Amino acid sequence: MIDSAVLIKQGAEARVYELKPFLTNPNGCIVKERFSKTYRHPVLDKQLTHRRVSQEARCLFRCRKAGIDTPALYLVDPEAATIYMERILGRILKDIIIEGKADTDVLADAIGAALAKMHDVDVVHGDLTTSNLMLRDNNASLVIIDFGLSYVSKLPEDKAVDLYVLERAFSSTHPQTEALFERILTSYKTHCKQAKPTLSKLEEVRLRGRKRSMLG
Amino acid sequence: MPIALGLEGSANKLGIGIIQHDDTGKSPAKVLSNIRDTYITPPGQGFLPRDTAQHHRDCILQVLRKAMKEANVTPKDIDVICFTKGPGMGAPLTSVAVVARTLALMWNKPMVGVNHCIGHIEMGREITGAGNPIVLYVSGGNTQVIAYSQNRYRIFGETLDIAIGNCLDRFARILGLSNDPSPGHNIEQYAKRGKNYVPLPYTVKGMDVSFSGILSHIESLAEEQLKAGTVTPEDLCYSLQETLFAMLVEITERAMAHVGSQEVLLVGGVACNEKLQEMMGQMAEQRGGKVFATDERFCIDNGIMIAQAGLLAYSTGYETPLEKTTCTQRFRTDEVYVAWRE
Repeated sequence: MIDSAVLIKQGAEARVYELKPFLTNPNGCIVKERFSKTYRHPVLDKQLTHRRVSQEARCLFRCRKAGIDTPALYLVDPEAATIYMERILGRILKDIIIEGKADTDVLADAIGAALAKMHDVDVVHGDLTTSNLMLRDNNASLVIIDFGLSYVSKLPEDKAVDLYVLERAFSSTHPQTEALFERILTSYKTHCKQAKPTLSKLEEVRLRGRKRSMLG
Repeated sequence: MPIALGLEGSANKLGIGIIQHDDTGKSPAKVLSNIRDTYITPPGQGFLPRDTAQHHRDCILQVLRKAMKEANVTPKDIDVICFTKGPGMGAPLTSVAVVARTLALMWNKPMVGVNHCIGHIEMGREITGAGNPIVLYVSGGNTQVIAYSQNRYRIFGETLDIAIGNCLDRFARILGLSNDPSPGHNIEQYAKRGKNYVPLPYTVKGMDVSFSGILSHIESLAEEQLKAGTVTPEDLCYSLQETLFAMLVEITERAMAHVGSQEVLLVGGVACNEKLQEMMGQMAEQRGGKVFATDERFCIDNGIMIAQAGLLAYSTGYETPLEKTTCTQRFRTDEVYVAWRE
């Protein structure tokens, strides 16, 4: 199956292939294959790979069920550590922001709302960056992708760290966009049912991060 | 050919180094001398700020004389005096800054206050020739994944609680390993003899990591199982390194994928761990990248890196006026405006 697939990206974790066409879909699908890491101890490697494949599939499904725009899950092959999912026709947010043509306020509101929904079903993404958010070409809907580090958790702490990771991704990848992130949080607050404990935890997490410059 | 004197003492190493730059900036910098004296505590004990500062005060003049002698320079040859402004432990930092100020006044030289982390990065770049790498800065007090963008070294990932070196040092204390030459070095030697892999928690959150839970876990493992004889200290060191370093390599790789970089530079005291270098090398090989690392002379805290970063800033016209030569315990890597890079 994977022979006819074209490698489109080697991420940190997995190789991502495009398989065209897939069944009756002319746009094809995305095949995400986690490969073994030679640097990791084999026991650790196997354990991590297995855990992450099933967590990714579960979280994708959970989000989809809650009406959040994520790639549709087609097939999971745990033995081959491979997931087949919808190929999103769109662009990643990182490029859109760098290009600077889009209305970033609209984007921020959409990001906040999508994250709120995701956290409301207790999915913690684990790797929120502007590379892992996309806009669909046809209806400009915001899609959350790459659930490779995601897991299910009710804890405000985990959700707060999730937001903190995104904040840091914003400040490192897109300097001078503090206002934009604030707007994301405002939107998050209006849409998320349990925003309060998460956002107050976020304050704590930020302070913790700051402390890290204690020693040389 | 400007010459800088660098003084470093943010933790338990006191280092003084003298560096010379080529006027044209074309040939590599010349390390004229790089002297270090480490405050080593008895096994099972960490270094306390007050005692560390006392160590620095006791040996700084001796280290300074040695550095001047080895470099074969006199005070009039020196153009600028660089010292560590932070981050670090307060008392050791200020004990060294006092000496830096005194020298500057005595010899009538300008001063440059240097961010310790920037010192590590700039020295690593100078020695290895890495152009624009992802930097993994791992030491007793810091764990950061850094990339340069728009005149700042931006932190892409870091520890959410304790630093990697702190985690290793504290575990070495539990085992009662020697602090000579460093606890991390002794863990590395033990790990080489470890055979059995003991599963430990693995905590990576995006490009951030967390070590405190792993430390608590392995502490309780050590307490229960070492006595019972079901594991050996060697196995625990081995498993700890395998787990912690896999986490570091993972976040570094993620940053590489995110930024689209093919180079990694390892800096900081933990970066001289050969197992970490080897694992990073395997990762880079799998994705066609390259690893740059230095040895203990430049990895472990030293004065020359302060001189290097200070001289780079000085060459752009930057000076720290005497009344601003204070120290700060908290000083983020991304607070520094990097004027010397495009």
